[in-house]
Amino acid sequence: MKKTIQKPVLAVGPFHPLQEEMEYFQLTVDGEIVTDIDVRISYNHRGIEGISETLQFDQVPYLVSRVCGICSASHPLAYINAVEEIAGITAPERAQYIRVIINELERVHSHLLWVGLGGHFIGYDTVFMWAWKYREPVLDLLEEITGNRNNYGNVRVGGCREDIPDEIIPKILKELDVVEKKTEMLTKAVLDDPVLHARLKGVGILSKEDAVKYAVTGPTARGSDVAIDVRADDPYAAYGDLDWKVISQPEGDVFAKAVVRLLETLESIKMVKEAVKKLPKGPIAIEVKEIPPGEGCGHAEAPRGETFHYVRSDGGNRPVRHKIRAPSYVNVPSFRASCIGEHIADVTLTLAAVDPCYSCTERLAVVDSHHNLVHDYNTLLQMSRDKTARIRKEIGAPELKMEDF
Amino acid sequence: MDNQELNNRLQQIKDKLIDIEQTTDKRIYLLCESQNSYEVCRFLFEDLGLRFAIATGIDSDDCFEVLYHFSNDQSGHVVTVKAFIRDRENPSIESISPFLPGAEWIEREIHDILGIEIKNHPNMRRLILHDDWPEGVYPMRKKSPLRNEGTVI
Repeated sequence: MKKTIQKPVLAVGPFHPLQEEMEYFQLTVDGEIVTDIDVRISYNHRGIEGISETLQFDQVPYLVSRVCGICSASHPLAYINAVEEIAGITAPERAQYIRVIINELERVHSHLLWVGLGGHFIGYDTVFMWAWKYREPVLDLLEEITGNRNNYGNVRVGGCREDIPDEIIPKILKELDVVEKKTEMLTKAVLDDPVLHARLKGVGILSKEDAVKYAVTGPTARGSDVAIDVRADDPYAAYGDLDWKVISQPEGDVFAKAVVRLLETLESIKMVKEAVKKLPKGPIAIEVKEIPPGEGCGHAEAPRGETFHYVRSDGGNRPVRHKIRAPSYVNVPSFRASCIGEHIADVTLTLAAVDPCYSCTERLAVVDSHHNLVHDYNTLLQMSRDKTARIRKEIGAPELKMEDF
Repeated sequence: MDNQELNNRLQQIKDKLIDIEQTTDKRIYLLCESQNSYEVCRFLFEDLGLRFAIATGIDSDDCFEVLYHFSNDQSGHVVTVKAFIRDRENPSIESISPFLPGAEWIEREIHDILGIEIKNHPNMRRLILHDDWPEGVYPMRKKSPLRNEGTVI
């Protein structure tokens, strides 16, 4: 008699009450080990590329800032880069600096958000609380400059909408000094923590070869020794004038990605401080009458990686085609390379290390067909945390206390 | 690979192209027929080592276009392969996913929204359209009934 073996399947997703994006991961497991992964996306297709063709060039930035709440400065900037390329115009210098300041503040708050959530997933809730606490003043600064904590809507074709008033510059520098000091402390705490080393090193490795094949970008690529960064490779805005360096790590594991993000946060803070000090005087926008026929490719480095926009104009007042590629679109498929062969307890973290969107991890369910067991999100989160606790006990590390930060 | 070397190397594939256009300093467009797109993309990715950024499918008036955007990160150039699919009735193009797994999703997406058949794709299932979506209705085609009636998709 032929015996059919049913493979246990782990379903991750698709709905998350807090995120606007949904994803569904189906993991085939053999005991604790993941043997295959299948991804389904587009549960919430908003048709932004289609809507963009119905809007005027000036209106599109406000639409694309809503592609993602966190990357709401980089999407409009990539679009503007493409349109300014078609029109052959350059925004005034002051506007270029303001663009850098907004985009780097965005990166600081996005990376701190990730560090906090990463800590939460492995049971380091102190890290979660503190990282989010340090992030808050950055959002306040963004609100003070643009009027919004997210969806800044500050760039437009030919310049910027809101200026940075001179009065708030001392405040920006003061707040950033505090954030910088705290982030340095957090970075040191992570780099020195033996538990984190044991828990994160060697987990979810994405090799350099796979990083190239899957065409990943951002910290996901830079954590795998692929030192690409649009800000340095094809400088836009004022990035060419500033002194900073691209951070990369060779290991490709979750720890490497965490280190890249933490060090990058410090680089970004440095960059904002330099840009604020150097901020040139002058107008913040030029008048743009019409966009000629043509096509342009604009890209910008979002916190998660390269955001790519392709715009085609026929000389009218609307784009005839507008293609948007968010970084997660190329980073998420790399899970096939980094998750297979891993433990279930590590998958939550490996998925989170790419910083896709956390929808994937909120509603996890393990279905084991042999034993009729169902593990929900909380059980899986607990498995991940138990592993951290086990490692901590094994190496005899002390409990992490609030005073440590 | 710097600017000069990139321009020299691109000449090697010239017989497969209709034309090379340079719109700005750092934007190069390689125009080709859809039959040659596989070979041109393979050359850019494997021989020149460019990074694949994304592909764009476009419904032009007299043909379909598939644009493969590659990036040369050493010099900041974006090299776009613009492949023309002249057959509007049965549009098809060769898949580049066999050597470039990063293109798997976008090829499935182009198939979903424009109805371009991707030949030899390793995993041709729907990516962005729902399972219940009717066969043969492609939302990003210009003549799609959905676009003209203003239906919210």
